[in-house]
Amino acid sequence: MKEIASPLPGVFYRRPDPEKPVYVEEGHEVKAGDTIGLIEVMKSFQEVKAEDDGVIKSIKVEDGAVVEAGQVVAELE
Amino acid sequence: MTYFKKILIANRGEIARRIIRTCNSLGIETVAIYSDADADTPYVTEASEAHHVGASQANQSYLNIDKIIQVAKETGAEAVHPGYGFLSENTKFTKHCEEAGILFIGPDSEKIQLMGDKIEARRHMEKAGVPVVPGWDGKLESVEHALEVAEDLGYPLMLKASAGGGGIGMHVVRNEEELTKSFSSAKQTAGASFGDDTVFLERFIEHARHIEVQVAADNHGNTVHLFERECSIQRRNQKVIEESPSPFLDEALRKKLCETAVKGVKEIGYTNVGTMEFIFDDESGHFYFLEMNTRLQVEHPVTEEITGLDLVELQLKIAAGQEIGLTQEDITNNGYAIEARLYAEDPETYFPSPGKLTTLKLPENTGRFDFAYEEGNTVSPFYDPMVGKIIVHGKNRKEALDELDIIVDRIEVEGITTNLSLIKQLVNENDFRDGRYTTNYLQTRKAGEGTTK
Repeated sequence: MKEIASPLPGVFYRRPDPEKPVYVEEGHEVKAGDTIGLIEVMKSFQEVKAEDDGVIKSIKVEDGAVVEAGQVVAELE
Repeated sequence: MTYFKKILIANRGEIARRIIRTCNSLGIETVAIYSDADADTPYVTEASEAHHVGASQANQSYLNIDKIIQVAKETGAEAVHPGYGFLSENTKFTKHCEEAGILFIGPDSEKIQLMGDKIEARRHMEKAGVPVVPGWDGKLESVEHALEVAEDLGYPLMLKASAGGGGIGMHVVRNEEELTKSFSSAKQTAGASFGDDTVFLERFIEHARHIEVQVAADNHGNTVHLFERECSIQRRNQKVIEESPSPFLDEALRKKLCETAVKGVKEIGYTNVGTMEFIFDDESGHFYFLEMNTRLQVEHPVTEEITGLDLVELQLKIAAGQEIGLTQEDITNNGYAIEARLYAEDPETYFPSPGKLTTLKLPENTGRFDFAYEEGNTVSPFYDPMVGKIIVHGKNRKEALDELDIIVDRIEVEGITTNLSLIKQLVNENDFRDGRYTTNYLQTRKAGEGTTK
């Protein structure tokens, strides 16, 4: 199992904008480089990407919740 | 004579501190509000009292209208100062204040709404004889319609969201293909961001200077300007350095610009302080109205330095229903003021850098420092990246720049990445020193080339 962590502190979003569907659901297959969420930090948005291919086992942070730098936002297997 | 007994400040950081400072000097009690992230920052302790309003995310704290109104009621605040950003131009908030019997320190809801609609603002300014950027004021219903209008106006054009502003929701389009490509996404983004998908077209001015005029108007028919601010040094449409007077204007053009701004303000019957933003075509020297900000601006200190007036006090005075008490002739511009914004970000990539300020030492007996944070505070990731503003005032532009140069050398900041080195370079570059710059300067300059040292 691999962990996907947020590189920065901020607010985690699972969608590109509130009207759009989530980037990934649990059980979805992802490729290395796929965006799985966004971190809003100081009014700018940074993408959180999967570093490996795999299946999203779980998403650990709710849409719109606060994250710390290095906090695990999803698990990949 | 005081204006209020107690006011609530619906903001945070440096502007909350700035408002507290004026209130203290006038004997007005202040109610601060704060989020989780700001609990340990200076303005919370500097206010007469402080109340927690929610989690760190702005939509749960500084944008939480019901909670803020509730605190205002419970604390007996007579008025609310919105600062800038957050709820400062939000008509839902001003209406809630009205209903709760709390005075909003700013213009009427109706004026905020009017200037928030960029198409309506253009129409009113045209009516007042204020030049607007050549463009199309109608709604663009379809891409075919937009292409037709664009053909008449001529490329390059700026496709803008009517409900946008402050550099958000703008797309440069250089030909039919780009317009076709941008049209539907611009409409969609405008709808999602502002709840209004109306877009319009304006001519794009390649070599532009951004110069704005500070105005003030009371409820007794007195309207004055407090001269201009030049804000052309920008990154991603966000200002980095502001100054007054503008090195671009001569006396005749300055007079014409400031009088034009006053004309526009009178046309709409605006009250309280506000800023009319203009864009200057660097090649033709023509200027055009861009938008009006119906609040205090981040860069208001440069105006305070050259006029010797306290803009927060002016806001309180006007809101309390008093006359400005100054004629246009009473207001003079003395010397030269410059503000540099210290951002928690990489000086080249602008990548954000939140974190703990392990060191923050500001020099004493020189300059003015309007800072959100002190040493030991954490620069929060939840709000804008501005750590503080460095403001200098000199007899002339050179003296002001020299002072800024010395201050930048003496500031010690550690723990986060800042743009201090960018400010240092800028104040020593010949083109900037000579006042030769447009809004493209930060993108096109060759860093450190042609410096005075």
